[in-house]
Amino acid sequence: MAEPAKSPPAPPAKSTPKKFLYVNRRAPYGTIYALESLEVVLIGAAFDQHVALAFIDDGVFQLTKGQDTKSLGVKNFSPTFRALGDYGVTKFYVEKESMQERGLTLDDLQAVTYEDENDGFKEKPSIQVVSRSEMGAIMQQQDVLLNF
Amino acid sequence: MLHTVNKSPFQTNSLASCLKHAQKGDAILLLEDGVYGALKGTIASGDIWSKRVELRFYVMSADVAARGLQKSQLIEGLNMIDAGGFVDLVVAHKTSQAWL
Repeated sequence: MAEPAKSPPAPPAKSTPKKFLYVNRRAPYGTIYALESLEVVLIGAAFDQHVALAFIDDGVFQLTKGQDTKSLGVKNFSPTFRALGDYGVTKFYVEKESMQERGLTLDDLQAVTYEDENDGFKEKPSIQVVSRSEMGAIMQQQDVLLNF
Repeated sequence: MLHTVNKSPFQTNSLASCLKHAQKGDAILLLEDGVYGALKGTIASGDIWSKRVELRFYVMSADVAARGLQKSQLIEGLNMIDAGGFVDLVVAHKTSQAWL
């Protein structure tokens, strides 16, 4: 039986930005997940959404400093993280327990900073080390979560 | 036998299972994401450390460099090799097993 005709859905009201959290759980280079995540992060930022990144499990390896892929013949995408501040992506939540399990400290990660336009363009660190329970709470505050 | 492990020990149990099945004198090559198994001070390092005498361990240096890992972060006594070294290992062993 034919559906009764419906009026077309109203166009969305001028949408308010949503909170997106990109959850990175994979190491770089061994699989394509990490690079793909970065591509999608840039798309989200281009659409003026509130974009934040989470690094848990092997995802913490994406931020190690001194990555050198010359002998591997693939693109070293780790410098791209440092450019994200210019796209308004200024929150990198890195899970403390994931680092500890992997023998890493904040010292092993590259410095990522952004210029705070609400504070005289002062340079501030983007990376925030948070506990596993804090990470769980951060996830609860989001509108959209994307896992890579 | 030559065993190759290309998965992170924190993501799969490939390395753990490999080490449980490898026999005395076997060679273990860590490559791709498998090189994370060579890190010391992790929840996984104990497995390799306890087998360091009866097994021979090799690590693909290009994969270590790509991931920004420093020699000082790795378990001592592992042999760093390049692609040519990988070929030599394959030739030197009658059989190979890839733990995916």
